[in-house]
Amino acid sequence: MGTRPGAGKLGQPLLTVENLVKHFPIRAGVFARTVGFVRAVDGVSFEIRRGETLALVGESGSGKSTAALAILRLQEPTAGRVVFDGRDALKLDRSELKRLRRRVQIIFQDPFGSLNPRMTVGGMLREILSVHDLAHGAAAQKRVAELLEAVGLHAEDAIKYPHEFSGGQRQRIGIARALAVEPEFIVADEPVSALDVSVQAQVLNLLADLQERLDLTYLFITHDLSVVRHIADRVAVMYLGRVVELGDCDSLFSKPLHPYTQALLSAVTVPERGADRKRIILTGDVASPVSPPSGCPFHPRCPHPDKDEICRTEPPSLALHGAGARAACHKIGPAAGGSGPKS
Amino acid sequence: MPAPLLRVDDLRTYFHTADGLVRAVDGVSFALSPGETLGIVGESGCGKSLTCLSLLRLIDPPGRIEAGSRIRLRDRDLAEASEAEMRQIRGNEISMIFQEPMTSLNPVWTIGDQIAESVRIHRRVRPAEARARAIEMLRLVGIPNPEQRISSYPHEFSGGMRQRAMIAMALACDPSVLVADEPTTALDVTIQAEILDLLAQLQSRLGMAMVFVSHDLGVIAQIADRVLVMYAGQVVESGPADAIFNRPRHPYTEGLLRSVPRITTRLSRLAVIPGGVPSPRRWPPGCRFHPRCPYAWDRCQDDSPPFAEAEHPSRCWLEIEPQRHVGGWTTTAAPEREV
Repeated sequence: MGTRPGAGKLGQPLLTVENLVKHFPIRAGVFARTVGFVRAVDGVSFEIRRGETLALVGESGSGKSTAALAILRLQEPTAGRVVFDGRDALKLDRSELKRLRRRVQIIFQDPFGSLNPRMTVGGMLREILSVHDLAHGAAAQKRVAELLEAVGLHAEDAIKYPHEFSGGQRQRIGIARALAVEPEFIVADEPVSALDVSVQAQVLNLLADLQERLDLTYLFITHDLSVVRHIADRVAVMYLGRVVELGDCDSLFSKPLHPYTQALLSAVTVPERGADRKRIILTGDVASPVSPPSGCPFHPRCPHPDKDEICRTEPPSLALHGAGARAACHKIGPAAGGSGPKS
Repeated sequence: MPAPLLRVDDLRTYFHTADGLVRAVDGVSFALSPGETLGIVGESGCGKSLTCLSLLRLIDPPGRIEAGSRIRLRDRDLAEASEAEMRQIRGNEISMIFQEPMTSLNPVWTIGDQIAESVRIHRRVRPAEARARAIEMLRLVGIPNPEQRISSYPHEFSGGMRQRAMIAMALACDPSVLVADEPTTALDVTIQAEILDLLAQLQSRLGMAMVFVSHDLGVIAQIADRVLVMYAGQVVESGPADAIFNRPRHPYTEGLLRSVPRITTRLSRLAVIPGGVPSPRRWPPGCRFHPRCPYAWDRCQDDSPPFAEAEHPSRCWLEIEPQRHVGGWTTTAAPEREV
């Protein structure tokens, strides 16, 4: 949440992703020949500075979760570079990768699906501590109690099983598990999407508190732009496997450049009456990542009045438009981009 | 104000399970005028969906609509209607759409056949007429090339298109009431915007009344004329949408509105309603919200507050003792506790 005093190398890039590509082959026929590819992630680049939160935003099928899994090498990327703290994460051997995994953790959307139902919460946390050789015996017990208290649970909860907790409490357990190895970097994949609003606020505040206390860097993946507004320092908007806009949170929300970002922001509902917001209603559906449109991937749905041949034929690059704001659109002139929806 | 089309009085839907009585919907009352949209909002487990299902009498044992509940549609009490009468009413006078269209569409029938079937059940028409009606409905809900798409199967449609097809089916017999249970929750925001826009257009064109359930306050603010806020099986606040969003009276509504992140402002911490929704097996005594309420005092633990018949009532003791409405919401990441 913004800049914090006292964080060591604050502002230095902790993670750099360059041209990340993840294609899934489609096999068919008796010989399982590859007949095509799902271009889930198709050339994604961004960096995350130490201590900041980058939100990766997109609708379903945009490739945001696949991008995260590829960065963590939970899905081997097809191509690209992932540099974590100066080292190429895609070139690490097994033991180096294990050491990296201590510094990088992930929190999933469905806390229940990612917790072992047959293990107590304490048992699960102790296992992590022993696998990474962080604490054993009484020291591990003490650390488990600390972790549970850090996420707002009680030390006594260690003897309970996942089913004994509510959804919000389970997400707290997911967070405790990620924190167990004292990571620097956490990928949070839709961590509050399955929660009710009142519980969602509790978990969002917890994530913000922990970031402040433990100097964490977050890659926050979500489809919910209202959440992004509260948690992110910078935002990358994805569409059909590519980043179409990347910029500082405040400027992206107040002055979105890309027509897709503008439509996306205008479609977000606000719990207010008489909020006079211009809404851009898109038509049609997102194209399939198996056969993405030629040129700009957004052109079939793009409401831009000047849309023309170049949009249909030439893929736009993620070009710089003023201080720290990048967008991939042919139709943003040097002084353009001011026609965004009021929010 | 026109006479209400639908009037629900003291609706109670209980589940008589081996482990005891579950009072899932516990005394819900409201009225719906022709052409009006009533939004029902609340978190999961508050009884919103069961209220909807009760309106169409789609409650299976061990669930039961309790004696004394009234669901008056025009001059008929649906709570008392026979199953044969209900079959005539459902899909004809009152229709429903659900969150996940794929589970309500039959995967082995074409979209066109499913719409035509609902027409043929309720209207004495020839197959060709029913088919023509299906094409007309698909066109009405904005599906391109309806003459071709009528022969598609549900899996050939995207999520947004399926929801459009569901709406076409629900509206094929010109119902006077459409019950929509979280119809846009499973959709992406840009598709949600399309569907909300479509529903608003259809409503002004066809003049039907709508009961629209959502946990999303933003969606409710956009679509509803009047709002019911439900908590723990009861209506805790009701009123015109403007009043609910601009001057919420009940602490639960207040807390919900403060805990939702908004795209229009950036806060470093959100307000927090401590705890979670209680279990319907044992609602808290007194005011059901008191364990989570920042204003609660001893009266709230002992007695349940009255719910006045008014334009904008709130089920809260603060209505009687407004001077206690001080202090309030914190942003501490307090743990969710069993309450």
